[in-house]
Amino acid sequence: MRHHKNLRARGRGGTDIGFFLFKRVASFVATLLAASLVIFLVLDVLPGSAAEVMLGDSATPESVAALSKKLGLDRPAPVRYLDWMRGLSVGDLGTSVAYNAPIAEIVGERLAVTVPLALMAMALTTVLAFALGLFAAARHGRAADVGVMAASQVGIAIPNFWFAILLILVFAVKLRWFSAGGFPGWSVEAGGGPGPALRALVLPAVALAVVQAAILARIVRSAVIDVQREDFVRTARAKGVSRRGVLWGHVLRNAMVPVLTIMGLQFANLLTGTVVIENVFSLPGLGRLVFQAIANRDLLVVRDVVMLLAAAVVVINFVVDLLYVVIDPRLRVQSA
Amino acid sequence: MTGPTVIPRRRSRQHWWRANFVVGAVLVSALLALALLSFVWTPWPATELDIPNKLKPPSAAHWLGTDSLGRDIVSLLIVGSRVSIAVGLIAVGIGMTFGVGLGLLAAVRRGWIEEAVMRLSDFAFAFPALLSAIMLAAIYGPGLVTSIVAIGIFNVPVFARITRASALVVRSREFVLAARALGKGEGRITLEHVLPNIAAILIVQATIQFAVAILAEAALSYLGLGTQPPTPSWGRMLNEAQQQLFRAPMLAVYPGAAIALTVLGLNLMGDGLRDIFDPRLTQRR
Repeated sequence: MRHHKNLRARGRGGTDIGFFLFKRVASFVATLLAASLVIFLVLDVLPGSAAEVMLGDSATPESVAALSKKLGLDRPAPVRYLDWMRGLSVGDLGTSVAYNAPIAEIVGERLAVTVPLALMAMALTTVLAFALGLFAAARHGRAADVGVMAASQVGIAIPNFWFAILLILVFAVKLRWFSAGGFPGWSVEAGGGPGPALRALVLPAVALAVVQAAILARIVRSAVIDVQREDFVRTARAKGVSRRGVLWGHVLRNAMVPVLTIMGLQFANLLTGTVVIENVFSLPGLGRLVFQAIANRDLLVVRDVVMLLAAAVVVINFVVDLLYVVIDPRLRVQSA
Repeated sequence: MTGPTVIPRRRSRQHWWRANFVVGAVLVSALLALALLSFVWTPWPATELDIPNKLKPPSAAHWLGTDSLGRDIVSLLIVGSRVSIAVGLIAVGIGMTFGVGLGLLAAVRRGWIEEAVMRLSDFAFAFPALLSAIMLAAIYGPGLVTSIVAIGIFNVPVFARITRASALVVRSREFVLAARALGKGEGRITLEHVLPNIAAILIVQATIQFAVAILAEAALSYLGLGTQPPTPSWGRMLNEAQQQLFRAPMLAVYPGAAIALTVLGLNLMGDGLRDIFDPRLTQRR
């Protein structure tokens, strides 16, 4: 009888997961499409004539018409939108007016800076936040806990770009351990290499991570404190599981749900933070590219980069949604 | 644990969070006082250039020295606070007006309207203030209005979500049922019962969003998308200071410290207000 009940529960769980996944994938695709529509409306339809914006005040009707024809902007908006979507799906993003090169190529080069920077910053954020959060939770209510909380309150208030400037001031201007900005590139032939390239990303990643870790450490601390009070933790300890075993096997796993939610939300902050920090350190990433594109009135580049950044936020939130299910099996049934 | 050991600890913790509120309130009041003072008095005219006296160290005449155009740093900081406060107020105002409206609509109407509002706010999270500002600046050019609109748009889903969630809780309480039984319409119930009961939560959120708006404005102005010269703003001051990092490093310290102290003050005040409005949270910490 008991065996039969278990089987039934498992069967229902399976369908629930299928429905849950379907709902999440559908909402993911709908959000991406809606984002692309808004970006297209704001940057392509709203300005009236994108070619006029790109050419600026010096535009003559002839030059506007010529550029419109060259970039295919003279076609109806729905055709342009569908063409843009088709291009995005096959990696053809059009041609940059300012660089006179395929946008996909330019974006690809810039991603080689932005993606490693974001990953380094996220890894550093996670390590710092868990170390501080667990340290504070283990000393709940004591001086060390109050100290970590006070430090994180200050960390949250510090603008990351100001912290970046302070890092430059200390480690580049005073100590001269790092350069104040710039990026040597990943290839040795171009005068760079993996070592110097990673070195150039250290200060930017620290600037991004410290402020983010201040927020996440608080979440880790309170999630761990909450879970530690649960009955199953006491039961596990009573059964003779070691303190460390309980922490890794029970407390952390259960504390991960709120922590992951915040990490997902933080990724959007991290991404916009990267745009700002790249400008502080003059790193040739997506953030610099989009600002140069604004200055050059290169609307197509702005459109593609904004779409890429918005898509990254949507994709990460989607992945976080899926991770919930892996971490907390109860959500499979509740969410369906 | 026994009773007597718990009670003093709770009390001391309550004092600790109340101290937070006092420190936060003092910092925020100081900022407001400075901003108001700037309308009647600054040590020097904030935008007056004095090239012969550029990059001067602190002195009796210029308490924190002068910048690369000879402008008095203290005066720039005092006048710069106006932009931060104005952007914070307007952006939070936009967020509250539309967000609270949408959140209440979702809580009252439920059904597809609620679903639409929630999906819309999910969607809006894909556009952090910086992305909206980049798009608006590409079309209309950078400026204060661009940054206010971008930060305001980002605030709308924040307030919509929190309003809906809190309003749903209040609407399930007995006094709302009683009001409905007495024949009050949904509009009156929302205005007379729901809104006053969620006001505390909204005030706390507004304080936190105010801090977020100040950080966002500073970042946008630093990047050149926000406040434009000659209007003084803390973000722009940092941008200009970075160019003088080797010659006058302290110029980069003051505006950042002003931003950090303001944000710290608002966050501490928000935390303190939350504990005053909902003491149960203090005990859970």
